[in-house]
Formats: sequence, structure tokens, C-alpha cells
Amino acid sequence: MNALNIKGLTKTYKGGTKALQGVDLEVKQGDFFALLGPNGAGKSTTIGIISSLVNKTDGTVDVFEYSLSEQPVQAKSCIGLVPQEFNFNQFETLTQILLNQAGYYGVPRHLAKPRAEKYLKQLDLWEKRNSPSRQLSGGMKRRLMIARALMHEPRMLILDEPTAGVDIEIRRSMWAFLKEINEQGVTIILTTHYLEEAEMLCRNIAIIDKGKIVQNTSMKALLATLNIETFVLDLSKNVSSLSIEGFQSRLTAERTLEVDVPKETSLNNVFEQLTNQDIEVLSMRNKSNRLEELFVRLVESGRAEQKSIDQVDATTQGANS
Amino acid sequence: MNSLSMVALRTIWIKECTRFLRIWVQTLLPPAITMSLYFVIFGNLIGSRIGDMGGFSYMEFIVPGLIMMSVITNAYANVSSSFYSAKYQRNVEELLVAPVSNWIIIAGYVGGGVARGMLVGVIVTLVSLIFVDVHIHSLTLILVTLFLTAVLFSTAGLINGIYANTFDDVSIVPTFILTPLTYLGGVFYSLSLLPEFWQWVSKINPIVYMVNGFRYGFLGVSDMSHYISLGILVIFNIVLLGFAYSLIKRGVGIRS
Repeated sequence: MNALNIKGLTKTYKGGTKALQGVDLEVKQGDFFALLGPNGAGKSTTIGIISSLVNKTDGTVDVFEYSLSEQPVQAKSCIGLVPQEFNFNQFETLTQILLNQAGYYGVPRHLAKPRAEKYLKQLDLWEKRNSPSRQLSGGMKRRLMIARALMHEPRMLILDEPTAGVDIEIRRSMWAFLKEINEQGVTIILTTHYLEEAEMLCRNIAIIDKGKIVQNTSMKALLATLNIETFVLDLSKNVSSLSIEGFQSRLTAERTLEVDVPKETSLNNVFEQLTNQDIEVLSMRNKSNRLEELFVRLVESGRAEQKSIDQVDATTQGANS
Repeated sequence: MNSLSMVALRTIWIKECTRFLRIWVQTLLPPAITMSLYFVIFGNLIGSRIGDMGGFSYMEFIVPGLIMMSVITNAYANVSSSFYSAKYQRNVEELLVAPVSNWIIIAGYVGGGVARGMLVGVIVTLVSLIFVDVHIHSLTLILVTLFLTAVLFSTAGLINGIYANTFDDVSIVPTFILTPLTYLGGVFYSLSLLPEFWQWVSKINPIVYMVNGFRYGFLGVSDMSHYISLGILVIFNIVLLGFAYSLIKRGVGIRS
């Protein structure tokens, strides 16, 4: 069963901006799914429509086979939303916020109270349960939004940049928590600008740009399309010129070497050549995150394609006039 | 109404009541102080020189209108500020994402305004007892008029909150429309004191009917039939509730 099934989704805002231009998307039940895209690509509009915060222009959205338009109560009950911006009452305490949220979904108080306690403790917010939410730090506010989204125990959790502005320690604890609830069967859809986060957590991925899905595949299949990885090597001594046979390489500083290594090529050859030249490698790292490279490449190639289509259109129009 | 809706309605209503009770110094205390001043200045000091009006002392005459004035302003202010604040802080999104029907959202917010309006009405009535013996002609009519008026102005406040884009927008309507209409709504005088033309103009003001209906419940005297007052209240309530529903359904001011 699909947790989410979107067909032909379009959104044109009042000013005429076409935020979505026919988005088709399927997310399987139990998946950990990444929806990525540059700023303004249409991620938040898509999430806004799924969560009923934005009115769609056209298309259909089904959540666990419930139509969002025809069966909104059933469809909405399946969704938990962690939005990008903080959107809780700054004057209410954490407990009040969680109990109110449960109430909006029809969860009676006697069930909501132990549930609030459970999530406040799991997300390390129990000590602050009686504080007004405005007194929380940024990381705590993010965790409060996760706790709030879980209060009605949704089957699908949508997180719109949940770790933005959160320090690495809290981010890692949030990742562990999200992995845990995904293992319990909750479908998770994640948007993030930290591509390392998507690579580590998500099994499937869609990339959206200019209101269109430009890639929709498994994370494994996407990463497999990456043919070359660039490694940065820190060398033991200054080198003025250096070449490694069989590899593209360049010195970016006197002691820093970048080497492009084709997929399934042994790195031993690189080390052997360096050893022969009496150069030791002190440390080594990937130049950038693999997914990041792919992401940039996909978005850029999509834009280049669009540009060439536009140019052809312009030429045709010029010839016709 | 199913149990899910009942829980949701109770949640919104309790949240709204908790809000105005938490800030009682801003919501419940000022009307008590303001009304005490009205009673002292208009009722006691000036009223004693005015003499009778409609067969009652001036103080007795203005009490129903002053109670009504407090109910109107507080019911309105509660919902307009609370709903706009929910928009401003974006926590209205909690309701839009959840499976809460539009009528439940309206009923929850309006219910909060009615609770504050009626509580303030009780407080002001208690304050008035310090200054004057309150007559009660028909308790049923008093309660029905009070309730319908509180619903009407809570709904009007909700519509204001839906349209408001700034905190200024929340205060413009009470300052420039509601207060003049209330002061010209026969709180402090009988319409029969006005020239015929201004009596006719006054009857365009819906607050005149509410004040007079309410006054009839207390004193048994009114400038017009209390059936007309109730009829006007019912019609205005239906129109405004329908309008508020259409605004929320279309997502005006809350959905992009």
C-alpha cells in the first residue's frame, strides 16, 4: 500500500507563480523518504498541500488510500506534520501544547496525558514540561514540534527541515529517534538541506526543481549513478608538482592533493605511486558528500536542459514572427 | 456530532477560556473598573441631576446598557485578538492540519468569546449591585439576549481576526466602528429624547435593538418591541456565522 499517492499536482499562486507543475509522487508504506530540492523548488508547497495548509490548483492527493479532498478526516488523521517554522503558541506550556494537539485529533485527555509524558521524556523535554514554549532553545523547539506531531500517533510523519539550525549532537539524537519510529512502522517523509542527513536516513528519494520531479528512485540506485569520487589527500611534505598516472589529479595547496577516482578503481594504485615518490599520506577525505554532488549535478543538468528548450522556443518564435 | 468533534470542540473552548483567565488582569479586571467609573460619574454624579428616564432613575436606566456594552466589547475583543494572535504565531496551522471541521473551529473560538462576554456581564452586574438595586423583568429574555449578543459579536470578532493582517487591524474596528455604534446605541439615553430624524437614523444601528431588548429584560421598558430586538439578533447571527464559515472554508487569511 502507498502511504502517499500524488497525481498531477499543480499549484499556481495568486501572483501567477507556478510553484508546482504536475507533480506525481508515490511513497510506500513504512518508507523513509527524502524530498529534496533547492530553495523555491516546490518542496514546501507540496508539503503544504499534503497537510492542508495550501490550497491546490489541480491534481489529487491520497493518504493511505484516503482522498484528501473526499475523505479529509480519515486522510488528515494519518498525517503528523513537523513544519519548517516554529508554529506553536509561545505562551502555552509544553504540556498544554501537546494536550491541545491531541484534542484536535479527538484523543481524549486520559489517553493524551500519558502519551505527552512519553514523548516529552523520549525527546528530553520532560524537565521543561511546565515552561512556556517561548523559553525553549531552538533545538528544544524543534523537538517539541516532533513530539506534537506524534501525539495522535500518525501513520505518516512529514518533517520539513526538522534539523535546521540544530547542533550536531541534538541532530544525531533526532536522527536516532526518527530511525526508531520508522522501524516501528511510521512512514517518514523528510525534506532537508543537509544531504548527509538524507543519505544516512532515507531509503528512497525524489528531487524536485522548479515545481517538477526531476529524479525519483532509491537512494542506493541514485548513488550508484555516481561514476567518479574526488578524494582530498593531505601530504606529509611540500610538493611543487605531482602527477599520478591513470588518475586525474591536481595540487590545490603545497601539501594538498585532489584525486578523481573512477568507480570500482582501487585506491592502492594511488598510494603506491605516492610511496614510490617518497610522499606519505597523512589523512584522506571525500571532497564532498556523494549525494550533494549528485544533487547539484541533477539540478544543474535539469536547468541546462530547460535553458536549451527555452532558447529553441525563442529561436522558433523569432523565425515565425 | 461525533466524539472526535466533541473532543476537538472542548479542546478549543478550554484553550480559549484558559487564555482569557490566564490574563485576567487584561481581560476581566478593566471592565469592572471602567464600569465602576461609569456608575460613579454618569450614574451617581451626573445622573442624580438628570432625574428619571423611562420611569426609572437614570442609574437604573443605564445599567442594562452598560452591561451590554461590556459584553459586546469583550466578546468581540476576545475572538479578534485570539484568532489574529493564532494567525500571527502560526499556531492556527495546528487546527488546519488536524481533522477539525470548519464549524468546530468557529464554535470553539466563538464559544471562548461568549464565555468571556458572559463572565464580564456577570462581573459588571455584580459591580452595579453596589450602586443600585437591579430590577429583573424577565430573566429568560435577559439570558437569551445576552447569549445571542455575545455570539454575534464573537463571530464579528472572528471575521475581524480572519481579515486582520496587523495588530492595528484588530483595533481599528472596535475603535472606529464598534465604540461609536455602542455609544450611539441608546446606552445612555432613550431614543425618544432624539428628534424624529435621528430616531430613524438610530434604528439603522443594530446595537440599539440589543440594548433595548436587554433593557426590556431588566426594566420592562423599551423603545421598541423586544420581539423585533430578538428577530434582529437572530438574523444578524445567521448572516455573520454563514459569512465566517465561508471565509474559513475558502481559507481566507489562513491558507495560501
